[in-house]
Amino acid sequence: MSTDNKNKAPDEVETTGHSWDGIEEYNNPLPRWWLYTFYACIVWALGYSVLYPAWPLVKQATPGILGYSTRAEVEKEIARFDEANAGLVQELEAVELAAITEDPDLHNYAVQGGAAVFKTWCAQCHGSGAAGVQASGYPNLLDDDWLWGGTIDEIHYTVTNGIRNESDDARYSEMPAFGRDELLEPEQIDQVVAFVQSLSGQDHDAALATEGAVVFEENCISCHMEDGTGDRAQGAPNLTDAIWLYGGSADAIKYTVENARFGVMPNWNERLSEAEIRAVASYVHQLGGGE
Amino acid sequence: MSTADDTPEKLYAAREPIFPRRVSGTFRNLKWWIMAVTLGIYYITPWIRWDRGPNLPDQAVLVDLANRRFFMFMIEIWPHEFYFVAGLLIMAGLGLFLFTSALGRVWCGYTCPQTVWTDLFILVERWVEGDRNKRVRLWNAKWDARKLRLRMTKWVLWLLIALATGGAWVFYFTDAPSLLKDLLTLNAHPVAYITIAVLTATTFVFGGFAREQVCIYMCPWPRIQAAMMDEDTLTVAYREWRGEPRGKHRKAADADQLGDCIDCNACVNVCPMGIDIRDGQQLACITCALCIDACDDVMAKIGKPRGLIDYMALTDEPRERAGEKPRSIWTHIFRLRTMIYTALWSAVGIGLVVALFMRSDIDLTVSPVRNPTFVTLSDGAIRNTYDVRLRNKHGDDRPFQITATDAEDLQVRLEGIDGDTVLVPADATKLQRVYVVAPAGSGPATTERTGFRFWVTDTIADERAFSDTVFNGRAQ
Repeated sequence: MSTDNKNKAPDEVETTGHSWDGIEEYNNPLPRWWLYTFYACIVWALGYSVLYPAWPLVKQATPGILGYSTRAEVEKEIARFDEANAGLVQELEAVELAAITEDPDLHNYAVQGGAAVFKTWCAQCHGSGAAGVQASGYPNLLDDDWLWGGTIDEIHYTVTNGIRNESDDARYSEMPAFGRDELLEPEQIDQVVAFVQSLSGQDHDAALATEGAVVFEENCISCHMEDGTGDRAQGAPNLTDAIWLYGGSADAIKYTVENARFGVMPNWNERLSEAEIRAVASYVHQLGGGE
Repeated sequence: MSTADDTPEKLYAAREPIFPRRVSGTFRNLKWWIMAVTLGIYYITPWIRWDRGPNLPDQAVLVDLANRRFFMFMIEIWPHEFYFVAGLLIMAGLGLFLFTSALGRVWCGYTCPQTVWTDLFILVERWVEGDRNKRVRLWNAKWDARKLRLRMTKWVLWLLIALATGGAWVFYFTDAPSLLKDLLTLNAHPVAYITIAVLTATTFVFGGFAREQVCIYMCPWPRIQAAMMDEDTLTVAYREWRGEPRGKHRKAADADQLGDCIDCNACVNVCPMGIDIRDGQQLACITCALCIDACDDVMAKIGKPRGLIDYMALTDEPRERAGEKPRSIWTHIFRLRTMIYTALWSAVGIGLVVALFMRSDIDLTVSPVRNPTFVTLSDGAIRNTYDVRLRNKHGDDRPFQITATDAEDLQVRLEGIDGDTVLVPADATKLQRVYVVAPAGSGPATTERTGFRFWVTDTIADERAFSDTVFNGRAQ
């Protein structure tokens, strides 16, 4: 050891000469190499602050002569992954939609990439878990009920062109506002609401429903079909199942018949690449309801 | 604050070189053996092969960071079994407590890598430059061709040892023979070279130059040991009541007043820490026991009994001063405290062994998807979704059948797969989305929470594993 102080009696140990109110400081010298380590750290710090971004100024820190930046690093990483995935992206754009699942790597890439696209662009309406918003017109994409079709091709078309928007290729249909536009009398509306409730086996007024069947026959079957199972070509919902986009209560159905509904969705081909659309279609298709 | 005139000259002290003299004896021999065994284990272990079949590495001890696997002979540890490593670390900690409370800093003195490699470096130093006196002379000599040659020889030998030390380390993390080939053909990953370079540098500097400075100024263990040791702990000490007053002049008139210590400084000269054990127990002492060997040698020469410097416990001091015999070392070692440490150590060890043998080769974890908690299907049925991670620890692909029990009417469907069986690749985890459907109006569909059990069956080995989870229904 570099000092023998440890074995001396307290009064034999040299002090630093400092005295605070009679309290003195023993001088147990620090190893000199430790001091040199300290100097080395200073030299390192000076070198570092010249080479790398270091001193904060008003707008940004000094850039450092190496020009290092974490942003550039991230961009490089992203470019590296883009390059690594270029082959998969090409394949995704070229392959038949229905064949995506046949290549596990491609399918995995499409689903993972589609999940990211979904969370960025679709989650605002359909929810981060793709469950839509209950009874508010944002469809749940997890169930087995599809307004416009649940095959990968149909989903792809819907994402590409959207629903009831400015695009010429958008899916389009419009339900008449039977009440607002006075196409039906108020009592006829009450009757058809009871009939619609009867279609899905809900509690209903049987007398009204019998009358409603006639109203339904005269006004609704061109879209919703005679048995009420709807028509996907027109986006007309199945009225016989347990799923209600705007709610299945008598009040909600009555509101729909009186005022109609006009759910819209953007045509994503203006904002997303074909590969991204195919990816998000793959993602939605494998959420549990794909056909 | 006042500054006195007598400001000390030095606030920073240069290292005083230490030239440990060669010594032989019981403890030195023990240390040679421990050095051979520990270094042997360290250097040779990565080269032991172990056949695990075609899909798994054949290195007996392998920390496969890339694939997150740890192989140790017949044991394979996955990341979710990291508690084995935690358990081993706890055992290492308790073991250290046990040995320290029984034998003081025996870890520092015999098995600490810093001690072992420093010992090895001093051995090389002695081969090249000679024993203590020659080394002192060489240190004081002017730099000439001979000094340069000896120094360079020593440093090159040290560097080779350091290189082998750093080199051996990286072999634990990947297949040793292929890595060695890559290293020699300059095809290995930069990380391997950087790791070797860093460990070579630290070994060279710590073993060759920093030596006792590491123990005194860098290592926290000397500070912790005080809490671990007590008055029954056996540690290296000087029998001051027998040795004092020390004196060289055995033929002087008052020689019969002197104690057994002839003040020959043998104990100081052999000490790798450069201390005088006769000053009593001290922070810098790593209890390597070389001073015991040195002193025993001298006592034999002057015809006195051995053990002027010896392993002793504090409680024996008053007994010995009073002329009584010290108690047996076993009474110092087998105490309540050491027995509690041993019991704890064994309990953890037994627990780990039991856990090791109870492990299943198939395993699953179930994380229910709770966004949303359930989905209503068009026929009114209620569907829950679960992310099931299936682990196949076999060396070959296995079909896993997934079933749900303990709740009526539940139907299982697998995403992307027809049927209820999924193929899990060898030694891998597969994430499988599993749908569980309760028909409209059934118990689980109309109850807020229904507990049930996922079973996974390896249909080849007929092994099973389960995980309990919950089905969320629409409360009426």
